[in-house]
Amino acid sequence: MSQSILKKIQHEWHGSFKSYLIGFILSLLLTGLSFYAATQANLVHPNRTSILIALGICQAIAQLIFFLHVGQDGKSGYWNSLSLFFTILILIVIVVGSLWIMSDLNMRMMPDMSIPHTTTEKPL
Amino acid sequence: MDKVEKGHSNTQLDLLHEETFTRTVFGFWLYLMTDCLLFGTLFCTYGVLYNQTAGGPSSNELFSLKLVFTETMILLLSSFSCGMALLAMLKFQKAKIIGWLMTTFVLGAAFLFLEITEFKDLIHDGHGPDRSAFLSSYFTLVGTHGLHVFFGLLWLTVMIWQVITFGVNIETFRRLVLFNMFWHLLDLVWIFIFTFVYLIGVN
Repeated sequence: MSQSILKKIQHEWHGSFKSYLIGFILSLLLTGLSFYAATQANLVHPNRTSILIALGICQAIAQLIFFLHVGQDGKSGYWNSLSLFFTILILIVIVVGSLWIMSDLNMRMMPDMSIPHTTTEKPL
Repeated sequence: MDKVEKGHSNTQLDLLHEETFTRTVFGFWLYLMTDCLLFGTLFCTYGVLYNQTAGGPSSNELFSLKLVFTETMILLLSSFSCGMALLAMLKFQKAKIIGWLMTTFVLGAAFLFLEITEFKDLIHDGHGPDRSAFLSSYFTLVGTHGLHVFFGLLWLTVMIWQVITFGVNIETFRRLVLFNMFWHLLDLVWIFIFTFVYLIGVN
């Protein structure tokens, strides 16, 4: 009995050698590209940063699909995806919001406010 | 009549097992999502404090890309090998499961060893977490990931023991599915660490 239900659960579970292999090869490729882009000195700084971020996001999506099997239908697949999208939304609010607020505050600082308590260290 | 009755209760039990599986996997997924939030807050702390080096070294003086590349490859391979362990479990190949899990363990331990070595060298050179806000946030972010890997290794040890003792059943299958999710997520977080902290940091 227990073996048959195990087989049923296993049957519904997503994941095949093919999907792991595709995920692995894609990750290898994207990691390689990322490290290659990082070592290219002729890429200008903001360009390189955006390329690296784009490659990182691509790899994250690839791993979500091929390793974590996100977005594959099933009874629980819907709730998994929904909670993932909600988490991503919260993450964007937290990360972008914090960076925005903090850099804005930083810009509004008076020059002599930049390093408080500078008794021991010389301000730059 | 008796047979029908029995069959009926069996289906209910089956449904119960199936529901437990679905619910546990979903619950663990929710935990992983909260873990993402934890890492998200650590990432934005790092982003905010990134330039606050207090006269100490900045990120482009500290990190070695060679080491990070090795770490990345090791973690990616271990992610792949724990997937292979799960596939072996689908085919009830006990020896293969244990083999792949041990591969995962060795790779995970190698990753952790490299990371600890890196931390030790940084602290030895006086670039510990107490040096600057930048280094505090760096050690917190990367250290939290390392701590997750460490607990993953503990889990893996228990997992290997359970597969040896109990073989393949509903419980061990479910636990291995959960472990796979955990381990893949650590690899996912590592993508962001090597991209934002190391690759963008060295330039």
